[in-house]
Amino acid sequence: MKAGTLTRGGRAIGVTPRVNLRRRVLPLDYARRRSLQALLVGIFAFLYFPIVALVAFSFNDSKRNVTWQGFTFDYYIKAFNNSSLHEAFINSMIIAGTATLVSTVLGAMLGLGLYRFRFPARGLVDGWISLPIVIPEVCMGVAMLAFFAAVNIPLGLFTITVSHIAFIAPFVAVVIRARMAGFDESLEEASRDLGADQWQTFWNVTFPFMIPGLVAGALLAFTLSLDDFVITFFTSGPGSTTFPIKIYSMVRFSVTPEVNAASTVLIVLTLTLTVIAMIIQGRSGKQMVEK
Amino acid sequence: MNRPIVSIENISKLFGNVTAVDDVSLKIVEGEFFALLGPSGCGKTTLLRMLAGFEIPSSGRIVIDDVEMEGIDPNRRPVNMVFQSYAVFPHMTVVDNVAYGLKVTGVPRPEIEARVEEALALVKLDGFERRMPSQLSGGQRQRVALARALIKRPKVLLLDEPLSALDAKLREAMQLELVRLRNAVGITFVIVTHDQDEALSMANRIAVMDRGRVVQVAGPAELYEFPNSRFVADFIGKINLLDAQVAGMENGRLLADSPGLGRVAVPFSGAARAQIGLAVRPEKVKLERNEPTVGRLKIRGRVREIAYYGDESHVFIEADPGLVITANVSNDARTIQGPVAVGDEVWVSWAPTDTLVLTE
Repeated sequence: MKAGTLTRGGRAIGVTPRVNLRRRVLPLDYARRRSLQALLVGIFAFLYFPIVALVAFSFNDSKRNVTWQGFTFDYYIKAFNNSSLHEAFINSMIIAGTATLVSTVLGAMLGLGLYRFRFPARGLVDGWISLPIVIPEVCMGVAMLAFFAAVNIPLGLFTITVSHIAFIAPFVAVVIRARMAGFDESLEEASRDLGADQWQTFWNVTFPFMIPGLVAGALLAFTLSLDDFVITFFTSGPGSTTFPIKIYSMVRFSVTPEVNAASTVLIVLTLTLTVIAMIIQGRSGKQMVEK
Repeated sequence: MNRPIVSIENISKLFGNVTAVDDVSLKIVEGEFFALLGPSGCGKTTLLRMLAGFEIPSSGRIVIDDVEMEGIDPNRRPVNMVFQSYAVFPHMTVVDNVAYGLKVTGVPRPEIEARVEEALALVKLDGFERRMPSQLSGGQRQRVALARALIKRPKVLLLDEPLSALDAKLREAMQLELVRLRNAVGITFVIVTHDQDEALSMANRIAVMDRGRVVQVAGPAELYEFPNSRFVADFIGKINLLDAQVAGMENGRLLADSPGLGRVAVPFSGAARAQIGLAVRPEKVKLERNEPTVGRLKIRGRVREIAYYGDESHVFIEADPGLVITANVSNDARTIQGPVAVGDEVWVSWAPTDTLVLTE
C-alpha cells in the first residue's frame, strides 16, 4: 500500500492527468463498462444463436436434428431435388417478382405524389399509406381473405400477389419519399428554364434522382414478399404453396436438416438483397452530402 | 439600341393575402446590366421568377422582346436563369449539363458540339468536360450554370443572387467576370442581389426595392449620391442622418434648423415638407482640431470609437446631444497612430453641396 501511494505520488509530478483519463470510466463511456459489454454480448447471442444453430445444423449428417454427427451437403442436395419444394420456390419467385414490379411502380407514384403535391386531405392520405405497415399481418390476412371470398375470386397465385402488392407498396412509398426529401426543386425549374417540357424534365432530371430509392425500394419489396408467411397463408389456395409455407408444412412432420437447408437458402437470399439495398442507400446518402 | 427588351407593367403578386410584389413597373433596355436590389423579402426574387415564368403575376403584364408573356410556359420564354443554388444536374457531366438545353429542344448533334465547346471556352471551363459536378468547386459549378444558360442565346439572362454562395475573394473575381461576360455576349443581364456593393460595381442601372415596391431606379453613382428617400440613402452605403426643421427658402437655398448644427443653408430645389432629413456620406465628412472655415456645416464632438480597416478608419464622433456622426478617414500616411485618438475633441464638418436633403 505504501509503495502504491509512492508510485502515485511519483506520477503526480509528471503525467497524472493522462493516467487518470485512461483509468476512469466517465458517465458517457458506455462502451467501456464491463456490465454493458456483457449485456451486449448476451443480447447478440440471444438474437443470433438460433439462426447460427439453424445454419450449422443444415450441414448435420443426421436424420434427427438433435446431436451433431458430422458434416455433409446431403440435405442441400435432397432439398434441391425435392420437387414440391422446387415448385414452392418457383411460386415464391413468381409472386415476389410480380409484386415487386407492381408495388415499386405504385409505391414510387404514391411517394412522389405525396412529396410533390399539396392537396386537400393530404395528411389523411399520408397517414393512410403507413396503415398497412402498422396493421397486424393477421388482420390484413383475414381482411384479404374476406374480401376475396366476398367478390368470389378463387384463392391462388393471383390473390397472393395482389395481397403482397397491397401491403408492400406503402413501404416503397416511404423509401421514395425519404429519397425525395433531399431533392433540390430548382433542378426541375432549371430543366424547364432550359427548354424541357414536363415529361422531359421528369425523365431527365427527377427520375435519375429517384433511381437509388427505386432500387432500394424494389429490393425491400422483394425480400418482404419472399419472406411473407401470414398474409400468404390466408390468401393461398390449392397449388399455390410458397416457399415459407412449404417449409412450415415440412416442419409439421419433423424438423429434418432438409428444412434447415431450405431455410438457410432463404436466409442467404434475403440477407444478400438487404445488404445490397443498404449499400445502395448508403451510397446515395453520401452523394447527397457531397452535393 | 435603346429599345426596351423587358417591360414590366403594373405587376403585382400576392401569395395568399401577402403582397410580395406591389404594382411594379420597369423598363429594361436591350444590352443593359440591370440590378434588382433590396433587403431580403422585398419581392425582388419573386419579380425575377415572374420574368422566368415560374410565378404567375396576380395582375399586370410582362412583355419580353415585344411578346406578351402571359400564358407562356418557362420552357418557351426567351430568357434563361442562373439559380442561386446553381441547380447543376448532379448526375450529368459538365458537357451534358451545358448541352442539356440544346438536346431537349432537338438541336442537331454537330451544332451542339460546336456550341458547347464555345460556351465552355467563354466561361473558361475548357478541360473540365468530363468532370461530374461533385468534382467541381463552387465557383466552377457556377460557371457551368452560366455556360448552360448562355448556350441557349437568351434575350435576357436572369441571375438570382449568383454570388451569395462564394467567398469574398472569389466573389470579387466573379463580379469582374460577369461584367466581362456581359460585354462579350452582349445579352441583357438582370441580376437580383441584396448586396449593394455587387449592384453598384456591376450594374448600369439599379432598381431599389422595398416591401414589394420599386423605390428608385437610377445608375450606381446617381443612386449613391442622390438617393430619393431615407430608405435608399440608408440601404446604399452608410449615411449620417440628422433630423431638421425647415425654416424657409433663401435664393435657391433651403434654410433649416437642426439640433447641434444650428441654422444651415443647403442648395435645394423642389418642395420640402416641414420635417426633413439632412444627410451626408461618411467619406465626405472632414475632421479638424480647429474650428473650420465659415460656410461649412459643422458640429463639435468627442471621438468615441475608431474602427480600423487598413485602408481607412471609421471614426465615430459623439456630438453634444447623444448624436453620433461617422467620418471615414483615409489612412494615406504610413503610420501606426491615426490622425485622431479616442477621447479627442474634434470638429466635424462638410460642404453644403455634399448635404443631401431627404424629404421622403
